[in-house]
Amino acid sequence: MTVKSMILMSVATVAMAASAPALAQTEIQWWHALTGANNDVVVKLAEDFNASQKDYKIVPAYKGSYPDTLNAGIAAFRANAAPHILQVFEVGTGTMMSAKGAVKPVFELMKEAGEAFDPKSYLPAITGYYSTAKGDMLSMPFNSSSMVMWYNKDAFKKAGLNPDAPPKTWPEVFEAGKKLKAAGFDKCGFTNAWATWANIEQFGAWHNIPIATKANGLDGFDTVLNFNSPLFLKHWTNLVELQKDKTYDYSGRTNTGEGRFTSGECPIMLTSSAFFGNVRANAKFDWANAPMPYYPEAAGAPQNSIIGGASLWVMGGKSAAEYKGVAKFFTFLSDVDRQVKLHTESGYLPITKAAYEKVKASGFYKDKPYLETPLLELNNKEPTENSRGLRFGSLVQIRDIWSEELEAALNGQKTPKAALDAAVERGNQMLRQFERTASR
Amino acid sequence: MQKNAYFTGLTVPLLLLAPQLVITVLFFYWPASQAVWQSFLLQDAFGTSTEFVWFENYQLLFSDPGYLKAFWNTAIFSSFVCVLSLGLALLFAVMADRQIRGAEIYKTLLIWPYAVAPAVAGVLWLFMFDPSLGMLARGLSNLGIAWNPRLNGNDAMLLVILAATWKQISYNFLFFLAGLQSIPKSVIEAAVIDGARPWRRFWTIVFPLLSPTTFFLLVVNIVYVFFDTFGIIDTVTGGGPSGQTETLVYKVYSDGKGGSNLGGSAAQSVILLIMVIGMTAVQFRFIERKVSY
Repeated sequence: MTVKSMILMSVATVAMAASAPALAQTEIQWWHALTGANNDVVVKLAEDFNASQKDYKIVPAYKGSYPDTLNAGIAAFRANAAPHILQVFEVGTGTMMSAKGAVKPVFELMKEAGEAFDPKSYLPAITGYYSTAKGDMLSMPFNSSSMVMWYNKDAFKKAGLNPDAPPKTWPEVFEAGKKLKAAGFDKCGFTNAWATWANIEQFGAWHNIPIATKANGLDGFDTVLNFNSPLFLKHWTNLVELQKDKTYDYSGRTNTGEGRFTSGECPIMLTSSAFFGNVRANAKFDWANAPMPYYPEAAGAPQNSIIGGASLWVMGGKSAAEYKGVAKFFTFLSDVDRQVKLHTESGYLPITKAAYEKVKASGFYKDKPYLETPLLELNNKEPTENSRGLRFGSLVQIRDIWSEELEAALNGQKTPKAALDAAVERGNQMLRQFERTASR
Repeated sequence: MQKNAYFTGLTVPLLLLAPQLVITVLFFYWPASQAVWQSFLLQDAFGTSTEFVWFENYQLLFSDPGYLKAFWNTAIFSSFVCVLSLGLALLFAVMADRQIRGAEIYKTLLIWPYAVAPAVAGVLWLFMFDPSLGMLARGLSNLGIAWNPRLNGNDAMLLVILAATWKQISYNFLFFLAGLQSIPKSVIEAAVIDGARPWRRFWTIVFPLLSPTTFFLLVVNIVYVFFDTFGIIDTVTGGGPSGQTETLVYKVYSDGKGGSNLGGSAAQSVILLIMVIGMTAVQFRFIERKVSY
């Protein structure tokens, strides 16, 4: 953060603190990381809630990117000026829940505020990520997405592939990649954004194999990574082999390579379902999406996918009146019609079962099947220990380590086996260090 | 008139010094001491649990091969950036110092990049050299050059060096130009009359007279590559591929800000602080002797 923005922020904080007592309403600060059309969604939700009653006032504030917002929340907490609601991306979940006293679990909040709250009415694949092993919901799901395979139908036609029957398994994807390459897509047959999300996190869940012990960390911080197992090794070895002639071409750690799909360079790309808006706006070809591919030999595959996106965390140390307002707002958010509207207009996943059923019944997905793909993946099967989600402290750093090792394999510095082992070993070191700070 | 003005008592001098002292203590000594203190702690992001661990953060760092590699990366990165940005800036300054038509326009154009923030500079270079988006990268691939900074460490390093150099040339250029213009014309003219050729004039007269400027810029540039370049690296490569462009300052930034590992990050900044103090001491002790003001 620059000095200037720090000064501006502290000035703003002081100004807000000074103006608060003058208002009769209880103000609820909501810090978030959404820009553009998504920012409008946040503002609209706050306005609608404020108009619906007069005891509480939600005040949304944009705090920068996901990591920036998390850092702003942490810094504010350390300065005793935390907001009531903080939007945190899924990667920060471990960090949030490890800090006892810093956050107020949602299930506790709803109970204490006396709000009607049934955790079973939410989509389990979404809430599973934000709940303890016992099923206690810790944060409120807000904008969720999952990983799907986007593909270029025009390119499929050109390569003699059936555009209405996208590849289902990884071997089929490799085959398609080779054909596409031969048909002129010689820089990239297929690719993925979010390298570790695709090739470690989603891969484990989709094949029902563990990334780590203790239900991938959901059951405790003494979790140990163990994804250097045969199927992961097979997948990484395949990618490394295919990278050599660019049938597979690596597109970076985050989503900065997504433009390779919309520009037509890469005809197959695994990335977030939230890529939808971008594809709709920029792709000048016929496109569709499909579930992520799987290895047919894996027992029970495909299992179910896990989510990305962010959830709303309630910060600790606030008054009962303020919590009451937050709880009312969460009830407001979970309303069926509101969720239906959010989902169909913004492309976010609906968070409750009722909202999903209602959209399904309305026939909405017949015209827009691509908006249902991530939901079909998430609900494909009842989540297991390996597919409920994952929760690791320092996951931001651990993901960097994983990417480093994947890159070392892809550029030939290490064998896939050595890279995978190193990814596990170095990740475990970070987990052990995190465990010491989190366990008390 | 009194030759030496002096104050009786301590109040007035302290009062006069106070603003400077307060700022130094508040914005340098206090944060620096916080970093030293933090580097001995193991703490979660929210600061709810803290453990004093002595030198464990340092031990962890030096057993991390990634950290040792960052030293090597920093050595490569900083030497290339310093040599290139000083060398090119000097070349441009000498060119712009000549009596040519439109010199003002050249000067202005050369100074422009300094107004660009490091992160923006990084994005600009990324746009030119990204293997998919970049115009220049496409040109390279049409020429049959396999350019892929996403996976090739040398390509990535070259890219961050170019971006960091480009960003710093303007600043160096400005000082070199000012330095050149402050050299009395009569000295050069005398040399011309004596029959000295341009090359000889430059090395025996101009360059020695520029030595204070060069020395100042060397110090500034080292501080720049050590402390100011993380924005460029973050936007261009994010330290990748496989940590091959991860420099010391970038690691401080990514571990501390991205990873919320405050102890490890603080330990790294303390090491960095010690290194820079060391280098500055060496510079002023040994290199400065060769500088004639």
